[in-house]
Amino acid sequence: MNIQAEPTAPRGGQPETVTATDRLQAVAAGRDVPSEVHPEVLEATPVLEIDRFNLWYGGKQALHGITMPIPNNKVTALIGPSGCGKSTLLRSVNRLNDLVQSVRITGDMRLNGDSIYDPRMDVIELRKRMGMVFQKPNPFPMSIYENVVYALRIDGENNRAALDEVCELSLRGAALWDEVKDRLHDSAIGLSGGQQQRLCIARAIAAEPEVLLLDEPCSALDPIATGKVEDLIQELRGRYSVLIVTHNMQQASRTSDYTAFMYLGRLIEYGTTSGIFTKPILRETEAYVTGRFG
Amino acid sequence: MTHHIERQIEHLKERILRVGTLVEEAISKSITALINRDTQLAQRVMSSDEDIDRMEVEVEEECLKILALYQPVAADLRFVVSVLKINNDLERMGDLARNIAKRVAQLTAGEPCVLPPEIRTMAMQAQDMVKECLDAVVKGDPSLARQVREEDDAVDEARQKIRRRVIQEIKENPENVESLLRINSVSKHIERIADMATNIAEDVIYMVQGDIVRHRSND
Repeated sequence: MNIQAEPTAPRGGQPETVTATDRLQAVAAGRDVPSEVHPEVLEATPVLEIDRFNLWYGGKQALHGITMPIPNNKVTALIGPSGCGKSTLLRSVNRLNDLVQSVRITGDMRLNGDSIYDPRMDVIELRKRMGMVFQKPNPFPMSIYENVVYALRIDGENNRAALDEVCELSLRGAALWDEVKDRLHDSAIGLSGGQQQRLCIARAIAAEPEVLLLDEPCSALDPIATGKVEDLIQELRGRYSVLIVTHNMQQASRTSDYTAFMYLGRLIEYGTTSGIFTKPILRETEAYVTGRFG
Repeated sequence: MTHHIERQIEHLKERILRVGTLVEEAISKSITALINRDTQLAQRVMSSDEDIDRMEVEVEEECLKILALYQPVAADLRFVVSVLKINNDLERMGDLARNIAKRVAQLTAGEPCVLPPEIRTMAMQAQDMVKECLDAVVKGDPSLARQVREEDDAVDEARQKIRRRVIQEIKENPENVESLLRINSVSKHIERIADMATNIAEDVIYMVQGDIVRHRSND
């Protein structure tokens, strides 16, 4: 991976002016279009600031000049058709894309003011400040208890009372405590899919992350388990800053405070969820949320 | 799914327009019956109200079905919510046309009494507003809807003129008090029809632009 010090995003010249109707065609033709960011987003206090962020996989550019603040202690959903770059953007937040050889980026992201892509940034320390939950639940092959306290263990914490407390608090925070409190030392693999996913969320919040990244967390779950995870996301609101990627529009509308619509690696429109789903500014966003394309 | 909701929305649009056409006809016939003292036509208006009531319920059920099965958002959501409200206002307009028709029979049976000329003008203005607001629904035209809102003031003024005239007439010819009160009541119904047309126009603005303009002037 190659990090360039100088941002190459178009700063000097404004992006070519395009009207709402041809915005998507302009994007498809590779032209820059301005993002439509609602004022409410800019008024919120950000926990994470994505600043003119570009990313290339080899010669192919996957993210184009993304600039967006992620509000503190709120749930922000990234929506858009497959290949729009929402998962790439999410993975860039905790530098998972560092693991991909051909990836090159410009621009920056700042977590509570600290540059994520500063060459001096310790990536392991950075990842401790974030929690991530993937599409498929990935509990470690160990007990429920050990899964939850894993982050503390690798940090050298072995005080039983402290670990017990974190385990209970995290499982309660993930709305799983009542279901597993009598079998904390059973294998996590024996839990149902929905329980496993909530366990992964418990594991993520055990380390008290500054941002929780959820990459389509319900796509492998049935409707009942999905409902429980969505309820949990609602409960996390106000206590954690959550950035969630979802294909499910209703999930975005039900669980998030802010919604960003992406298309072909660009941020098209970003606003409050109620604004995006009742009165989007751009016709393109309207066409996407009403299912007219994508 | 996408095509399904588009079909449902199209179907709903056709149905609300059918209700609109029936209501427009009922209003027009009730006014004609009033001016011509045509009790038979008035009777037909009264019977047609049942059809309007039945269709109103069907449209509401259709809206609820779309909300439950398709969870529409953005323009689709605004359309369904607006249709629910427009449907309700149209049904009320149908009731008002029926009330005017009822007064025709009473006026014809009662003591002879001349309709104030303002009633005819006011009725035409209100009918124009009804036609325009329905056109605005069909075309999704917010500027036509704004025009309808502006026209309401003229109808309100005409209503006040008629009210003052009726009061004057009652003083001068107290023996005609019943008929004069019926005329006053007819003018009130026409004014309410214009108010409903204004409501529909405001729903059209919300449907197309997402702005709630109720309780606000056009400026």
